[in-house]
Amino acid sequence: MLMDSLEFIQQMINGFSLGSMYALIAIGYTMVYGVLRLINFAHGDIMMVGAFLGYFGMAVLGLPFVAATFLAVVGSSLLGMLTDKIAYKPLRNAPKISLLITAIGISFFLENTFNVFFGGTPRPFNVPEYMEYIINVGGIIFSVASLIVPIVTLLLLAIILWVLYKTKYGMAIRALAFDVNTVNLMGIDANRIIMLVFGMGSALAAIGGIFWAVNYPSVEPMMGVLIGLKAFAAAVVGGIGSVGGAVIGGFIIGFTEVVVVAFLPEYSGYKDAFAFVLLILVLLFKPTGILGINFDKSRF
Amino acid sequence: MIRVNNLHVYYGLIEAVKGIDFKVQEGQIVSLIGSNGAGKTSTLEALLNSVKKTGEVNFSGYDTINHKTHTLVQRGFSLVPEGRRVFINLTVEDNLRMGAFNNDENYERLKDAMYELFPRIKEKRLQMAGTLSGGEQQMLAISRALMSEPKLLMLDEPSLGLAPKIVGEVFETIAKLKKEGITILLVEQNAFVALKISDYAYVLENGKIVMQGVSKDMIGNDEIRKKYLGG
Repeated sequence: MLMDSLEFIQQMINGFSLGSMYALIAIGYTMVYGVLRLINFAHGDIMMVGAFLGYFGMAVLGLPFVAATFLAVVGSSLLGMLTDKIAYKPLRNAPKISLLITAIGISFFLENTFNVFFGGTPRPFNVPEYMEYIINVGGIIFSVASLIVPIVTLLLLAIILWVLYKTKYGMAIRALAFDVNTVNLMGIDANRIIMLVFGMGSALAAIGGIFWAVNYPSVEPMMGVLIGLKAFAAAVVGGIGSVGGAVIGGFIIGFTEVVVVAFLPEYSGYKDAFAFVLLILVLLFKPTGILGINFDKSRF
Repeated sequence: MIRVNNLHVYYGLIEAVKGIDFKVQEGQIVSLIGSNGAGKTSTLEALLNSVKKTGEVNFSGYDTINHKTHTLVQRGFSLVPEGRRVFINLTVEDNLRMGAFNNDENYERLKDAMYELFPRIKEKRLQMAGTLSGGEQQMLAISRALMSEPKLLMLDEPSLGLAPKIVGEVFETIAKLKKEGITILLVEQNAFVALKISDYAYVLENGKIVMQGVSKDMIGNDEIRKKYLGG
């Protein structure tokens, strides 16, 4: 019985850590959806680019982990803003389906470009030693990384909420989700605000990608596909358009996966499927997700 | 202040405004009146370059034709749009903050001035704008438009959907704003209230100006009385 509760706490820590990573990536989906009504299918690949930039920063440039992460964040933000500028912005008045197809195109483009130049073989990610340090508290064993990941996530979430609710740029993002034309009437360039959203979402995705690379210490060009889809499922489960919902959805999916693997080992082969089972259930029974956002009224 | 020459506005194949000329002089209230579909809102949208148009718009000596809406607002235009369009998912105070997006240094001062002008929105400053009544939303929309300290304030149907008593209150405020030196272009279906507070008026019909004159005289004009003032 004691073993069981230890095991339980252990798995909760793992679930919290995994959920944090999904949450970080899901925030980008939800914010872009809020302002453009676009499911940005390239978002998972932006995460992949972030992880690669972190890898290059350490393996090629010899940067310390934190500096490489910084490089990944800056690089991914710029890439996110660039995709908006060259791919999505010309389609502002086009049907939403054109935007969606473009997003899928960018996704394929990024995956295959990285495949061509860097090959499909996973590259080992140099995890700094302190991240792998194992802590044993009364039988519960966890690495420093699995502690850092949720702490950083919650910190970033606090920053995002502060930006959204306390700064004029964040207010403009929330206003934009409701009424683009009136935002322009305030003397605000709505396109710049949309670009800011891409920058913020991509920065979070890069951090998510780095954390992913730390936990499964490798990077490869297709890593964004499944993680991206699951983070998208998380955003929908939580209520797409809602930042808080994205975080809740991320944790739900993270915990579900961990619980399935730990307590139903015979189903562990299906662990990737559970995110999508949840997605389908939510779409069937509560299409607006847990935080139940009404898209005709408010967002975020 | 603003001079418009031969303005045409198009929506696809439809020509909503068919070559109009008008001007607004500094310190005046000028009204554009006319029935629904006469082209009043299209004219305002054209001034802010948010629709397809041809013609000349000269604002304090410079040509506005190639500027985007947000730059024109930065240059001193401000519009209170039809139907108020307050940001319902933001608080009253955050709505004002949005109005002062490019006017950070004067935000606090202007906010206090707006709360003085409309004590009713001050009481509700931390509520979501969506919870306000129609009249309060109109007051908020006007305050929000003033937060950028515009040279020209444009109001699109400020009386629409408001109780008569509230209409009176809103128009008293508009008259007060004129006294403070703000130039105003007012678009109204409610010709009577518009003529009462404006200095000069243009009558739009099917995209053309069919009559113009000093507002005081227009109220007495028989044709206007019949068509727009209900006998």
